[in-house]
Amino acid sequence: MNKTILKTYNLTKNFGALRASDKISIDLRVGEIHGLIGPNGAGKTTLIAQIMGGLKPDSGLIEFDGTDITSFTTESRAQAGLGRTFQISQLAMDQTVLQNVVLGTVGERGDVWKFWRPVLAVQELRERAMESLSDVGLADKAATPVSELSHGGRRQLEVAIALTLNPKAFVMDEPMAGLGSDGSKKMTIFLDNLRTRAPILLVEHDMEAVFALSDRISVLVSGMVIATGSVDQIRNDARVRKAYLGEDS
Amino acid sequence: MILTRENILNFVITAGLILVPIYAVIVEEPFTITLATRAVIFSLAAVGLNIALGLGGMVSLGHAVFFGLGGYTMGILAFHAQSYIPLFEWPILIEGTKQMLVVWPLAMIISAIAAFVIGLLSLRTGGVYFIMITLAFGQMFFFFSISWSAYGGEDGLSIYVRNQFPLVNTLVPIQFYAICLAILMLALWINARLAKSSFGLALSAARQNTARVRNVGLDPKSIKLVAFVISGAITGLAGALFADLNRFVSPTMFSWQLSGEIMVFIIIGGIGRLYGPVLGAIIFVTLEHFLGGISEYWLVFLGLLLLLIVLFSRGGLVGLLVGRERVHE
Repeated sequence: MNKTILKTYNLTKNFGALRASDKISIDLRVGEIHGLIGPNGAGKTTLIAQIMGGLKPDSGLIEFDGTDITSFTTESRAQAGLGRTFQISQLAMDQTVLQNVVLGTVGERGDVWKFWRPVLAVQELRERAMESLSDVGLADKAATPVSELSHGGRRQLEVAIALTLNPKAFVMDEPMAGLGSDGSKKMTIFLDNLRTRAPILLVEHDMEAVFALSDRISVLVSGMVIATGSVDQIRNDARVRKAYLGEDS
Repeated sequence: MILTRENILNFVITAGLILVPIYAVIVEEPFTITLATRAVIFSLAAVGLNIALGLGGMVSLGHAVFFGLGGYTMGILAFHAQSYIPLFEWPILIEGTKQMLVVWPLAMIISAIAAFVIGLLSLRTGGVYFIMITLAFGQMFFFFSISWSAYGGEDGLSIYVRNQFPLVNTLVPIQFYAICLAILMLALWINARLAKSSFGLALSAARQNTARVRNVGLDPKSIKLVAFVISGAITGLAGALFADLNRFVSPTMFSWQLSGEIMVFIIIGGIGRLYGPVLGAIIFVTLEHFLGGISEYWLVFLGLLLLLIVLFSRGGLVGLLVGRERVHE
Protein backbone atom coordinates (compact mmCIF):
# COMPACT_ATOMS: atom_id res chain seq x y z
CA MET A 1 0.00 0.00 0.00
CA ASN A 2 1.21 3.47 -0.80
CA LYS A 3 2.23 5.94 1.86
CA THR A 4 -0.52 8.06 3.41
CA ILE A 5 0.10 11.75 2.85
CA LEU A 6 -3.01 13.32 4.37
CA LYS A 7 -5.11 11.95 7.16
CA THR A 8 -7.87 13.17 9.43
CA TYR A 9 -8.62 11.53 12.77
CA ASN A 10 -12.10 11.83 14.23
CA LEU A 11 -12.60 15.33 12.91
CA THR A 12 -15.65 16.85 14.56
CA LYS A 13 -17.24 20.23 14.02
CA ASN A 14 -20.51 21.53 15.43
CA PHE A 15 -22.45 24.57 14.38
CA GLY A 16 -24.71 25.01 17.37
CA ALA A 17 -26.86 21.90 17.46
CA LEU A 18 -25.86 20.87 13.95
CA ARG A 19 -23.05 18.36 13.76
CA ALA A 20 -21.44 19.24 10.42
CA SER A 21 -18.54 16.85 10.81
CA ASP A 22 -18.97 13.74 12.91
CA LYS A 23 -15.75 11.92 13.73
CA ILE A 24 -14.51 12.00 10.17
CA SER A 25 -11.45 9.88 9.54
CA ILE A 26 -10.31 9.77 5.96
CA ASP A 27 -6.92 9.44 4.35
CA LEU A 28 -5.26 10.25 1.07
CA ARG A 29 -2.47 8.04 -0.25
CA VAL A 30 0.32 8.87 -2.62
CA GLY A 31 -0.63 8.24 -6.24
CA GLU A 32 -4.37 8.11 -5.80
CA ILE A 33 -7.43 10.17 -6.39
CA HIS A 34 -9.73 9.94 -3.44
CA GLY A 35 -13.23 11.04 -4.34
CA LEU A 36 -15.41 12.60 -1.68
CA ILE A 37 -19.10 12.57 -2.48
CA GLY A 38 -22.27 13.21 -0.61
CA PRO A 39 -25.61 14.95 -1.02
CA ASN A 40 -25.95 18.71 -0.53
CA GLY A 41 -25.46 19.67 3.07
CA ALA A 42 -23.53 16.51 3.87
CA GLY A 43 -20.62 18.61 5.16
CA LYS A 44 -18.13 18.31 2.32
CA THR A 45 -17.30 21.98 2.22
CA THR A 46 -17.03 22.08 6.02
CA LEU A 47 -14.58 19.20 5.88
CA ILE A 48 -12.47 20.87 3.19
CA ALA A 49 -12.46 24.11 5.17
CA GLN A 50 -11.08 22.25 8.18
CA ILE A 51 -8.43 20.52 6.13
CA MET A 52 -7.34 23.83 4.60
CA GLY A 53 -7.44 25.80 7.84
CA GLY A 54 -10.45 28.02 7.15
CA LEU A 55 -12.38 26.39 10.00
CA LYS A 56 -11.08 25.04 13.29
CA PRO A 57 -12.34 21.56 14.19
CA ASP A 58 -13.89 21.21 17.65
CA SER A 59 -11.95 18.02 18.11
CA GLY A 60 -9.83 15.64 16.09
CA LEU A 61 -6.55 15.88 14.26
CA ILE A 62 -5.31 16.54 10.75
CA GLU A 63 -2.00 15.03 9.78
CA PHE A 64 -0.16 15.97 6.62
CA ASP A 65 3.10 14.41 5.50
CA GLY A 66 3.78 13.14 8.99
CA THR A 67 3.09 16.45 10.72
CA ASP A 68 0.11 17.40 12.85
CA ILE A 69 -1.16 20.49 11.02
CA THR A 70 -4.38 20.95 12.99
CA SER A 71 -3.21 24.26 14.43
CA PHE A 72 -1.56 25.53 11.22
CA THR A 73 -2.84 28.62 9.45
CA THR A 74 -4.08 28.31 5.89
CA GLU A 75 -0.88 29.85 4.58
CA SER A 76 1.32 27.42 6.54
CA ARG A 77 -0.67 24.53 5.13
CA ALA A 78 -0.13 25.84 1.62
CA GLN A 79 3.58 26.20 2.36
CA ALA A 80 3.67 22.66 3.71
CA GLY A 81 2.42 21.46 0.34
CA LEU A 82 -1.37 21.47 0.25
CA GLY A 83 -2.58 22.83 -3.07
CA ARG A 84 -6.19 23.86 -3.15
CA THR A 85 -8.72 24.80 -5.77
CA PHE A 86 -11.98 26.41 -4.78
CA GLN A 87 -15.57 25.62 -5.51
CA ILE A 88 -16.13 29.29 -6.27
CA SER A 89 -13.08 30.69 -8.05
CA GLN A 90 -10.89 32.75 -5.76
CA LEU A 91 -8.80 34.87 -8.06
CA ALA A 92 -7.41 38.39 -8.28
CA MET A 93 -9.94 39.60 -10.83
CA ASP A 94 -8.20 42.85 -11.81
CA GLN A 95 -4.99 41.04 -12.63
CA THR A 96 -4.08 39.08 -15.71
CA VAL A 97 -4.05 35.32 -15.90
CA LEU A 98 -0.26 35.37 -15.87
CA GLN A 99 -0.12 37.62 -12.81
CA ASN A 100 -2.37 35.25 -10.90
CA VAL A 101 -0.14 32.30 -11.72
CA VAL A 102 3.06 34.23 -11.01
CA LEU A 103 1.59 34.96 -7.58
CA GLY A 104 1.60 31.21 -7.07
CA THR A 105 5.28 30.97 -7.95
CA VAL A 106 6.02 33.86 -5.59
CA GLY A 107 4.16 32.00 -2.86
CA GLU A 108 5.93 28.76 -3.60
CA ARG A 109 9.30 30.43 -3.15
CA GLY A 110 8.21 32.59 -0.25
CA ASP A 111 9.62 35.37 -2.38
CA VAL A 112 7.20 38.11 -1.42
CA TRP A 113 9.64 40.50 0.26
CA LYS A 114 11.15 41.78 -2.95
CA PHE A 115 10.20 45.38 -3.43
CA TRP A 116 12.19 46.53 -6.41
CA ARG A 117 12.53 43.88 -9.08
CA PRO A 118 9.62 43.77 -11.59
CA VAL A 119 8.21 40.35 -10.88
CA LEU A 120 6.94 39.64 -14.38
CA ALA A 121 10.44 40.21 -15.76
CA VAL A 122 11.91 37.37 -13.70
CA GLN A 123 12.50 34.64 -16.29
CA GLU A 124 12.46 31.82 -13.79
CA LEU A 125 9.07 32.71 -12.32
CA ARG A 126 7.63 33.49 -15.69
CA GLU A 127 8.70 30.20 -17.21
CA ARG A 128 7.37 28.28 -14.25
CA ALA A 129 4.06 30.11 -14.54
CA MET A 130 3.82 29.57 -18.29
CA GLU A 131 4.56 25.89 -17.79
CA SER A 132 1.59 25.59 -15.44
CA LEU A 133 -0.60 27.51 -17.85
CA SER A 134 0.41 25.21 -20.71
CA ASP A 135 -0.36 22.21 -18.53
CA VAL A 136 -3.95 23.31 -18.11
CA GLY A 137 -4.22 24.68 -21.65
CA LEU A 138 -4.40 28.36 -20.80
CA ALA A 139 -1.06 29.51 -22.20
CA ASP A 140 -2.67 31.59 -24.97
CA LYS A 141 -4.74 33.47 -22.39
CA ALA A 142 -1.76 34.60 -20.29
CA ALA A 143 -2.27 38.31 -20.96
CA THR A 144 -6.05 38.27 -20.50
CA PRO A 145 -7.44 39.99 -17.41
CA VAL A 146 -9.16 37.41 -15.22
CA SER A 147 -12.32 39.52 -15.23
CA GLU A 148 -12.58 38.84 -18.97
CA LEU A 149 -11.87 35.13 -18.66
CA SER A 150 -14.68 32.60 -19.14
CA HIS A 151 -15.97 30.57 -16.24
CA GLY A 152 -14.24 27.45 -17.52
CA GLY A 153 -11.02 29.39 -17.96
CA ARG A 154 -11.17 30.48 -14.36
CA ARG A 155 -11.51 26.87 -13.22
CA GLN A 156 -8.44 25.98 -15.26
CA LEU A 157 -6.60 28.96 -13.83
CA GLU A 158 -7.33 27.81 -10.28
CA VAL A 159 -5.70 24.50 -11.10
CA ALA A 160 -2.75 26.21 -12.78
CA ILE A 161 -2.09 28.27 -9.65
CA ALA A 162 -2.24 25.17 -7.48
CA LEU A 163 0.26 23.51 -9.84
CA THR A 164 2.83 26.27 -9.37
CA LEU A 165 2.94 25.43 -5.67
CA ASN A 166 4.39 22.00 -6.48
CA PRO A 167 2.09 20.56 -3.83
CA LYS A 168 2.46 17.19 -2.20
CA ALA A 169 -1.31 16.81 -2.33
CA PHE A 170 -4.22 18.58 -4.00
CA VAL A 171 -7.50 19.37 -2.37
CA MET A 172 -10.00 20.19 -5.08
CA ASP A 173 -13.47 21.43 -4.37
CA GLU A 174 -15.64 20.77 -7.41
CA PRO A 175 -13.16 21.51 -10.18
CA MET A 176 -15.77 20.56 -12.81
CA ALA A 177 -18.49 22.87 -11.51
CA GLY A 178 -20.02 24.76 -14.39
CA LEU A 179 -17.59 23.44 -16.98
CA GLY A 180 -20.12 21.87 -19.33
CA SER A 181 -19.70 18.37 -20.66
CA ASP A 182 -16.85 19.16 -23.02
CA GLY A 183 -14.80 21.06 -20.45
CA SER A 184 -15.63 18.46 -17.87
CA LYS A 185 -14.20 15.73 -20.07
CA LYS A 186 -11.00 17.67 -20.66
CA MET A 187 -10.60 18.31 -16.96
CA THR A 188 -11.19 14.62 -16.23
CA ILE A 189 -8.35 13.62 -18.56
CA PHE A 190 -6.15 16.27 -17.03
CA LEU A 191 -6.79 15.20 -13.43
CA ASP A 192 -6.32 11.58 -14.42
CA ASN A 193 -2.73 12.36 -15.37
CA LEU A 194 -2.22 14.68 -12.44
CA ARG A 195 -2.43 11.95 -9.80
CA THR A 196 1.10 10.79 -10.64
CA ARG A 197 2.40 14.25 -9.68
CA ALA A 198 0.48 14.44 -6.46
CA PRO A 199 -2.57 12.70 -5.04
CA ILE A 200 -5.91 14.47 -5.14
CA LEU A 201 -8.68 14.68 -2.60
CA LEU A 202 -11.51 15.38 -4.98
CA VAL A 203 -14.87 16.75 -3.95
CA GLU A 204 -17.12 16.61 -6.95
CA HIS A 205 -20.77 16.61 -7.90
CA ASP A 206 -20.18 15.19 -11.36
CA MET A 207 -20.71 11.50 -10.55
CA GLU A 208 -19.52 10.30 -13.91
CA ALA A 209 -16.21 12.07 -13.37
CA VAL A 210 -15.83 10.89 -9.79
CA PHE A 211 -16.47 7.27 -10.65
CA ALA A 212 -14.18 7.46 -13.68
CA LEU A 213 -11.32 9.08 -11.80
CA SER A 214 -11.30 7.84 -8.25
CA ASP A 215 -9.16 5.04 -6.91
CA ARG A 216 -11.20 5.19 -3.74
CA ILE A 217 -14.34 7.00 -2.79
CA SER A 218 -15.64 8.15 0.57
CA VAL A 219 -19.30 8.93 1.02
CA LEU A 220 -20.28 11.65 3.42
CA VAL A 221 -23.83 11.83 4.73
CA SER A 222 -24.96 14.16 7.52
CA GLY A 223 -21.39 14.80 8.56
CA MET A 224 -20.49 11.12 8.77
CA VAL A 225 -18.40 8.98 6.48
CA ILE A 226 -20.78 6.09 5.87
CA ALA A 227 -18.49 4.20 3.50
CA THR A 228 -15.00 4.25 2.05
CA GLY A 229 -13.85 1.89 -0.64
CA SER A 230 -13.14 1.21 -4.27
CA VAL A 231 -15.49 2.39 -6.98
CA ASP A 232 -17.13 -1.02 -7.17
CA GLN A 233 -17.52 -1.33 -3.44
CA ILE A 234 -19.21 2.04 -3.29
CA ARG A 235 -21.48 1.30 -6.24
CA ASN A 236 -22.68 -1.83 -4.53
CA ASP A 237 -22.83 -0.56 -0.97
CA ALA A 238 -26.40 -0.83 0.22
CA ARG A 239 -26.14 2.05 2.68
CA VAL A 240 -24.73 4.34 0.03
CA ARG A 241 -27.48 3.49 -2.41
CA LYS A 242 -30.08 4.13 0.20
CA ALA A 243 -28.64 7.25 1.77
CA TYR A 244 -27.03 8.91 -1.13
CA LEU A 245 -28.49 7.67 -4.37
CA GLY A 246 -31.93 7.58 -2.80
CA GLU A 247 -32.61 4.03 -3.93
CA ASP A 248 -34.13 1.26 -1.93
CA SER A 249 -32.14 -1.88 -2.17
CA MET B 1 8.87 53.07 -21.23
CA ILE B 2 5.92 52.27 -23.43
CA LEU B 3 4.09 55.22 -24.89
CA THR B 4 0.61 54.75 -23.49
CA ARG B 5 -1.99 57.42 -22.94
CA GLU B 6 -1.36 57.13 -19.23
CA ASN B 7 2.36 57.69 -19.65
CA ILE B 8 1.69 60.72 -21.81
CA LEU B 9 -0.65 62.15 -19.17
CA ASN B 10 1.94 61.50 -16.47
CA PHE B 11 4.56 63.23 -18.59
CA VAL B 12 2.33 66.26 -19.14
CA ILE B 13 1.65 66.55 -15.40
CA THR B 14 5.36 66.26 -14.64
CA ALA B 15 6.19 68.86 -17.28
CA GLY B 16 3.58 71.17 -15.76
CA LEU B 17 5.11 70.72 -12.32
CA ILE B 18 8.49 71.75 -13.74
CA LEU B 19 7.43 74.53 -16.09
CA VAL B 20 4.77 76.42 -14.12
CA PRO B 21 7.09 77.35 -11.23
CA ILE B 22 9.86 78.31 -13.68
CA TYR B 23 7.38 80.57 -15.40
CA ALA B 24 6.43 81.96 -12.02
CA VAL B 25 10.07 82.83 -11.36
CA ILE B 26 10.35 84.60 -14.70
CA VAL B 27 7.23 86.69 -14.19
CA GLU B 28 8.11 87.12 -10.51
CA GLU B 29 5.07 85.60 -8.90
CA PRO B 30 6.50 83.87 -5.84
CA PHE B 31 3.05 83.06 -4.51
CA THR B 32 2.45 80.70 -7.43
CA ILE B 33 5.57 78.84 -6.36
CA THR B 34 4.22 78.54 -2.83
CA LEU B 35 0.98 77.15 -4.23
CA ALA B 36 2.88 74.70 -6.39
CA THR B 37 4.96 73.63 -3.39
CA ARG B 38 1.79 73.09 -1.43
CA ALA B 39 0.38 70.96 -4.24
CA VAL B 40 3.57 68.93 -4.51
CA ILE B 41 3.70 68.26 -0.77
CA PHE B 42 0.04 67.27 -0.68
CA SER B 43 0.74 65.03 -3.66
CA LEU B 44 3.51 63.33 -1.73
CA ALA B 45 1.23 62.78 1.26
CA ALA B 46 -1.37 61.27 -1.05
CA VAL B 47 1.18 59.12 -2.88
CA GLY B 48 1.87 57.66 0.55
CA LEU B 49 -1.80 56.99 1.21
CA ASN B 50 -2.26 55.61 -2.30
CA ILE B 51 0.10 52.74 -1.51
CA ALA B 52 -2.18 51.70 1.36
CA LEU B 53 -5.47 52.64 -0.28
CA GLY B 54 -4.90 52.06 -3.97
CA LEU B 55 -2.60 49.07 -3.92
CA GLY B 56 -3.58 47.50 -0.62
CA GLY B 57 -7.24 48.50 -0.37
CA MET B 58 -6.78 49.85 3.16
CA VAL B 59 -9.17 52.76 3.60
CA SER B 60 -7.26 54.72 6.18
CA LEU B 61 -9.00 57.77 7.54
CA GLY B 62 -6.08 58.38 9.86
CA HIS B 63 -3.23 59.30 7.58
CA ALA B 64 -3.07 62.76 9.09
CA VAL B 65 -1.41 61.00 12.02
CA PHE B 66 1.68 60.45 9.90
CA PHE B 67 1.45 63.86 8.28
CA GLY B 68 1.27 65.40 11.73
CA LEU B 69 4.02 63.23 13.18
CA GLY B 70 6.30 64.24 10.33
CA GLY B 71 5.38 67.86 10.92
CA TYR B 72 5.91 67.72 14.65
CA THR B 73 9.19 65.83 14.25
CA MET B 74 10.41 68.72 12.17
CA GLY B 75 8.79 71.33 14.43
CA ILE B 76 10.11 69.94 17.69
CA LEU B 77 13.64 69.50 16.39
CA ALA B 78 13.63 73.03 14.98
CA PHE B 79 12.11 74.42 18.18
CA HIS B 80 14.97 72.97 20.21
CA ALA B 81 17.54 74.12 17.70
CA GLN B 82 16.28 77.69 17.61
CA SER B 83 15.86 77.97 21.39
CA TYR B 84 19.18 76.23 22.14
CA ILE B 85 17.47 73.87 24.57
CA PRO B 86 18.65 70.28 24.13
CA LEU B 87 15.98 67.74 23.30
CA PHE B 88 17.39 65.31 25.85
CA GLU B 89 20.27 65.68 28.26
CA TRP B 90 20.07 62.20 29.61
CA PRO B 91 21.27 59.50 28.96
CA ILE B 92 23.04 61.24 26.10
CA LEU B 93 22.87 64.81 24.97
CA ILE B 94 20.60 65.20 21.95
CA GLU B 95 20.15 68.64 20.49
CA GLY B 96 17.61 69.92 18.05
CA THR B 97 18.56 70.23 14.43
CA LYS B 98 17.81 72.31 11.39
CA GLN B 99 19.23 69.85 8.88
CA MET B 100 16.68 68.38 6.50
CA LEU B 101 18.87 65.35 5.96
CA VAL B 102 18.51 64.57 9.65
CA VAL B 103 14.88 65.61 10.01
CA TRP B 104 13.56 63.59 7.06
CA PRO B 105 14.78 60.14 8.09
CA LEU B 106 13.62 60.80 11.64
CA ALA B 107 10.19 61.93 10.45
CA MET B 108 9.93 58.79 8.34
CA ILE B 109 11.09 56.46 11.09
CA ILE B 110 8.71 57.93 13.66
CA SER B 111 5.81 57.77 11.20
CA ALA B 112 6.76 54.24 10.26
CA ILE B 113 6.76 53.13 13.88
CA ALA B 114 3.36 54.74 14.43
CA ALA B 115 2.08 53.11 11.23
CA PHE B 116 3.32 49.75 12.43
CA VAL B 117 1.46 50.01 15.72
CA ILE B 118 -1.71 51.46 14.19
CA GLY B 119 -1.60 48.97 11.33
CA LEU B 120 -1.04 46.03 13.65
CA LEU B 121 -4.17 46.91 15.60
CA SER B 122 -6.32 48.13 12.71
CA LEU B 123 -5.59 45.23 10.37
CA ARG B 124 -7.23 42.86 12.81
CA THR B 125 -10.42 44.31 11.39
CA GLY B 126 -11.57 45.27 7.94
CA GLY B 127 -14.09 47.40 6.12
CA VAL B 128 -15.87 50.06 8.13
CA TYR B 129 -14.13 49.01 11.33
CA PHE B 130 -10.76 49.63 9.76
CA ILE B 131 -11.86 53.13 8.78
CA MET B 132 -13.18 53.81 12.27
CA ILE B 133 -10.09 52.56 14.09
CA THR B 134 -7.73 54.58 11.91
CA LEU B 135 -9.99 57.58 12.47
CA ALA B 136 -9.90 56.98 16.22
CA PHE B 137 -6.11 56.94 16.21
CA GLY B 138 -6.17 60.18 14.28
CA GLN B 139 -8.35 61.79 16.92
CA MET B 140 -6.09 60.49 19.70
CA PHE B 141 -3.07 62.17 18.17
CA PHE B 142 -5.07 65.33 17.45
CA PHE B 143 -6.17 65.77 21.04
CA PHE B 144 -2.80 64.81 22.38
CA SER B 145 -1.14 67.52 20.30
CA ILE B 146 -3.68 70.07 21.50
CA SER B 147 -2.92 69.30 25.10
CA TRP B 148 0.85 69.06 24.78
CA SER B 149 1.58 72.58 25.96
CA ALA B 150 5.37 72.16 25.92
CA TYR B 151 5.14 72.35 22.14
CA GLY B 152 2.56 75.04 21.76
CA GLY B 153 -0.59 73.03 22.40
CA GLU B 154 -3.46 74.47 20.44
CA ASP B 155 -1.37 77.38 19.19
CA GLY B 156 1.19 75.19 17.50
CA LEU B 157 4.85 75.91 16.98
CA SER B 158 6.38 78.62 14.85
CA ILE B 159 9.71 78.02 13.23
CA TYR B 160 11.68 81.12 12.41
CA VAL B 161 13.97 79.92 9.68
CA ARG B 162 13.46 77.14 7.17
CA ASN B 163 15.59 74.02 7.61
CA GLN B 164 18.79 73.67 5.66
CA PHE B 165 19.83 71.40 2.87
CA PRO B 166 23.45 71.11 1.66
CA LEU B 167 24.29 73.42 -1.26
CA VAL B 168 20.72 74.73 -1.46
CA ASN B 169 19.33 78.00 -0.20
CA THR B 170 16.00 76.71 1.07
CA LEU B 171 14.75 80.21 1.73
CA VAL B 172 14.52 80.85 -1.99
CA PRO B 173 11.06 79.51 -2.86
CA ILE B 174 12.02 77.88 -6.16
CA GLN B 175 14.92 76.06 -4.54
CA PHE B 176 12.75 74.67 -1.78
CA TYR B 177 10.22 73.75 -4.42
CA ALA B 178 12.89 71.86 -6.36
CA ILE B 179 13.68 69.79 -3.28
CA CYS B 180 10.02 68.92 -2.76
CA LEU B 181 9.50 68.05 -6.41
CA ALA B 182 12.59 65.85 -6.45
CA ILE B 183 11.26 63.96 -3.44
CA LEU B 184 7.85 63.58 -5.06
CA MET B 185 9.43 62.17 -8.21
CA LEU B 186 11.50 59.79 -6.14
CA ALA B 187 8.40 58.65 -4.26
CA LEU B 188 6.52 58.12 -7.52
CA TRP B 189 9.41 56.11 -8.88
CA ILE B 190 9.46 53.95 -5.74
CA ASN B 191 5.69 53.57 -5.97
CA ALA B 192 5.89 52.46 -9.60
CA ARG B 193 8.61 49.92 -8.90
CA LEU B 194 6.83 48.68 -5.81
CA ALA B 195 3.62 48.12 -7.73
CA LYS B 196 5.37 45.87 -10.23
CA SER B 197 7.44 43.94 -7.71
CA SER B 198 6.67 40.60 -6.09
CA PHE B 199 5.49 42.53 -3.07
CA GLY B 200 3.23 44.77 -5.14
CA LEU B 201 1.70 41.80 -6.92
CA ALA B 202 0.96 40.08 -3.63
CA LEU B 203 -0.36 43.30 -2.08
CA SER B 204 -2.70 43.93 -4.97
CA ALA B 205 -3.86 40.31 -4.84
CA ALA B 206 -4.43 40.66 -1.09
CA ARG B 207 -6.66 43.66 -1.81
CA GLN B 208 -8.70 41.68 -4.31
CA ASN B 209 -8.89 38.28 -2.68
CA THR B 210 -7.32 37.31 0.63
CA ALA B 211 -8.26 33.64 0.23
CA ARG B 212 -6.25 33.48 -2.97
CA VAL B 213 -3.18 34.92 -1.28
CA ARG B 214 -3.47 32.62 1.73
CA ASN B 215 -3.78 29.55 -0.40
CA VAL B 216 -0.53 30.19 -2.19
CA GLY B 217 1.14 30.27 1.21
CA LEU B 218 1.37 34.01 1.80
CA ASP B 219 0.07 35.94 4.79
CA PRO B 220 -2.04 38.85 3.53
CA LYS B 221 -1.98 40.60 6.90
CA SER B 222 1.77 40.97 7.12
CA ILE B 223 1.92 42.07 3.49
CA LYS B 224 -0.67 44.75 4.17
CA LEU B 225 1.07 45.80 7.37
CA VAL B 226 4.37 46.38 5.57
CA ALA B 227 2.53 48.39 2.90
CA PHE B 228 0.85 50.45 5.62
CA VAL B 229 4.25 51.19 7.18
CA ILE B 230 5.75 52.28 3.84
CA SER B 231 2.64 54.35 3.23
CA GLY B 232 2.86 56.04 6.63
CA ALA B 233 6.56 56.82 6.23
CA ILE B 234 5.99 58.61 2.91
CA THR B 235 3.08 60.63 4.29
CA GLY B 236 5.26 61.44 7.31
CA LEU B 237 7.96 62.83 5.07
CA ALA B 238 5.34 65.01 3.39
CA GLY B 239 4.37 66.29 6.83
CA ALA B 240 7.95 67.35 7.56
CA LEU B 241 8.10 69.25 4.27
CA PHE B 242 4.71 70.85 4.90
CA ALA B 243 5.90 72.14 8.26
CA ASP B 244 8.95 73.56 6.54
CA LEU B 245 6.86 75.22 3.85
CA ASN B 246 4.65 77.01 6.36
CA ARG B 247 7.34 77.35 9.01
CA PHE B 248 4.55 76.44 11.35
CA VAL B 249 3.22 73.27 12.95
CA SER B 250 -0.15 72.96 14.60
CA PRO B 251 -2.64 70.30 15.66
CA THR B 252 -4.61 70.84 12.42
CA MET B 253 -1.95 68.69 10.78
CA PHE B 254 -3.39 65.83 12.82
CA SER B 255 -7.04 66.67 12.11
CA TRP B 256 -9.39 64.18 10.54
CA GLN B 257 -10.33 66.80 7.96
CA LEU B 258 -6.79 66.57 6.69
CA SER B 259 -7.00 62.76 6.56
CA GLY B 260 -10.14 63.22 4.52
CA GLU B 261 -8.52 65.75 2.21
CA ILE B 262 -5.62 63.42 1.47
CA MET B 263 -8.15 60.77 0.56
CA VAL B 264 -10.10 63.24 -1.57
CA PHE B 265 -6.96 63.98 -3.63
CA ILE B 266 -6.73 60.30 -4.47
CA ILE B 267 -10.41 59.87 -5.26
CA ILE B 268 -10.39 62.93 -7.55
CA GLY B 269 -7.25 61.80 -9.32
CA GLY B 270 -7.88 58.08 -9.40
CA ILE B 271 -7.49 55.40 -6.74
CA GLY B 272 -4.50 53.18 -7.33
CA ARG B 273 -3.31 55.19 -10.34
CA LEU B 274 0.30 56.31 -10.11
CA TYR B 275 -0.38 59.99 -10.85
CA GLY B 276 -3.88 59.98 -9.38
CA PRO B 277 -2.80 61.58 -6.08
CA VAL B 278 -0.72 64.18 -7.92
CA LEU B 279 -3.50 65.24 -10.27
CA GLY B 280 -5.95 65.28 -7.37
CA ALA B 281 -3.73 67.42 -5.17
CA ILE B 282 -3.03 69.88 -7.99
CA ILE B 283 -6.74 70.29 -8.67
CA PHE B 284 -7.51 70.66 -4.98
CA VAL B 285 -4.89 73.35 -4.42
CA THR B 286 -5.92 75.18 -7.59
CA LEU B 287 -9.60 75.17 -6.66
CA GLU B 288 -8.76 76.11 -3.08
CA HIS B 289 -6.88 79.14 -4.36
CA PHE B 290 -9.28 80.39 -7.03
CA LEU B 291 -12.65 79.35 -5.64
CA GLY B 292 -11.49 79.97 -2.10
CA GLY B 293 -10.79 83.55 -3.19
CA ILE B 294 -14.36 83.93 -4.39
CA SER B 295 -16.20 82.29 -1.55
CA GLU B 296 -15.33 80.69 1.71
CA TYR B 297 -17.90 78.05 0.84
CA TRP B 298 -15.76 76.78 -2.03
CA LEU B 299 -15.81 73.28 -0.56
CA VAL B 300 -19.35 73.01 -1.87
CA PHE B 301 -17.91 73.05 -5.38
CA LEU B 302 -15.26 70.55 -4.41
CA GLY B 303 -17.99 68.32 -3.04
CA LEU B 304 -19.86 68.63 -6.32
CA LEU B 305 -16.74 67.71 -8.29
CA LEU B 306 -16.11 64.76 -6.02
CA LEU B 307 -19.69 63.61 -6.43
CA LEU B 308 -19.50 63.80 -10.22
CA ILE B 309 -16.24 61.90 -10.31
CA VAL B 310 -17.43 59.18 -7.97
CA LEU B 311 -20.67 58.81 -9.91
CA PHE B 312 -19.32 58.90 -13.43
CA SER B 313 -15.72 57.78 -13.35
CA ARG B 314 -14.57 54.94 -11.19
CA GLY B 315 -10.96 55.56 -12.10
CA GLY B 316 -11.03 59.23 -11.08
CA LEU B 317 -9.81 61.89 -13.49
CA VAL B 318 -6.89 59.76 -14.65
CA GLY B 319 -9.36 57.02 -15.51
CA LEU B 320 -11.59 59.55 -17.29
CA LEU B 321 -8.69 60.88 -19.35
CA VAL B 322 -6.84 57.71 -20.27
CA GLY B 323 -9.16 54.80 -19.53
CA ARG B 324 -8.57 51.81 -17.36
CA GLU B 325 -5.17 50.63 -16.34
CA ARG B 326 -3.38 48.04 -18.43
CA VAL B 327 -0.80 45.56 -17.35
CA HIS B 328 2.49 45.88 -19.15
CA GLU B 329 5.21 43.40 -19.03
